[in-house]
Amino acid sequence: MNIAVLSGKGGTGKTLMSVNLASVAQRAIYIDCDVEEPNGHLYFKPQEVKCEEVTIKIPLVDTDLCNGCRKCVDFCNFNALAYIGDRLIIFEEICHSCGGCVLLCPQKAITEKEKVIGKIECGVSGNVDVVTGILNTGEASGVPIIKKLLKKQAKKDEIAFIDCPPGSACIVMESIMDADYCILVAEPTIFGSHNLQMVYELVRLFDKPHGVILNKCTEAYNPSEEFCIKNKINILGKIPFDNELGEINSNGLILARENEKYQKIFTSLLRHVIKEANNETTIDS
Amino acid sequence: MRIAIPVDEKTINGDVCVSFGRAPYFLIYDTKTNEEIYLDNSAVASQGGAGVKAAQVVADNGVKALLTPRIGENAEKVLRNAEVLVYKTISNSIKENIDAFILEKLVLLYDVHPGFHQHS
Repeated sequence: MNIAVLSGKGGTGKTLMSVNLASVAQRAIYIDCDVEEPNGHLYFKPQEVKCEEVTIKIPLVDTDLCNGCRKCVDFCNFNALAYIGDRLIIFEEICHSCGGCVLLCPQKAITEKEKVIGKIECGVSGNVDVVTGILNTGEASGVPIIKKLLKKQAKKDEIAFIDCPPGSACIVMESIMDADYCILVAEPTIFGSHNLQMVYELVRLFDKPHGVILNKCTEAYNPSEEFCIKNKINILGKIPFDNELGEINSNGLILARENEKYQKIFTSLLRHVIKEANNETTIDS
Repeated sequence: MRIAIPVDEKTINGDVCVSFGRAPYFLIYDTKTNEEIYLDNSAVASQGGAGVKAAQVVADNGVKALLTPRIGENAEKVLRNAEVLVYKTISNSIKENIDAFILEKLVLLYDVHPGFHQHS
């Protein structure tokens, strides 16, 4: 089963939930899709780490064959090509690797070369296989890394927790593509409820079964909870705004592995999530 | 000499546009004949690489100098290869900048910015 954890903004607790839910599962894979700033590995401190590079294809022009017809320049939706002074200039950072210019070139002057944009690290932390995507600084898009990350999906009797990037852009859509269930994490503020609405609209658009974890809850009024009630969204659980929790977490420790109280909270939360996810997938099929 | 300026409206009495790549129009001005041509910037709504496309248009129009308040690094690279000199504007007024250019009072723009890209 693949469970994606997402939120409309950073800092709501996606990593907190994915790391701790994975820790209390029997067997789990934790997949960090927040490739611009992956941080789950800081908690898991995985051992036996293996690393593989991720490459994309970038056009390469043979200037002897190019006759300056500019078909590629006109075609490129992202303007990654310019033709200046009898020479084609390629902007690698702008290129989205669609390969259109290669297909289109009547002179067959354009071929492709591999360009490294980041890497994937796989390691083990107790019951959890930890898979981390890392995008090199300055690269335009982490989507190719996420595509490769998600090939490592859960085996039978395993749960994969997909820790998504914040927001609701392409990179998040890619991350939830193969998810069987989505957990939306929300903060108890007006801003938090607005961000919840963004990801709620996204999971509805993708027709994904979903539920909400309300994080940082206090006694005070919770606009995100009100949003859930109003839209009849299933509330999977509430995590209190708690000094001890914050302290353990900020020291890079896994709550569920450090403290029995939190182990119980996340075990019961996981049970609830699995029940919901199973219900939803049965109804679906 | 033909020069280019990113402009907000199709009038020489108007303002220089604050952006190069996303300017709605380019004024192509001939300093010899005083001829004005306004080009629509087809890059204005591009998903990306607006500066590259805008620079391509400017270069294709036989321009020798660009007058702009700022320029991104990709556009600058295209213009450098096209041997178009980039000058920094001194005020909002299109006219003031053309006059200053003719009197050789404009200086070359050196502070190229890395772009305002919003990657998705």
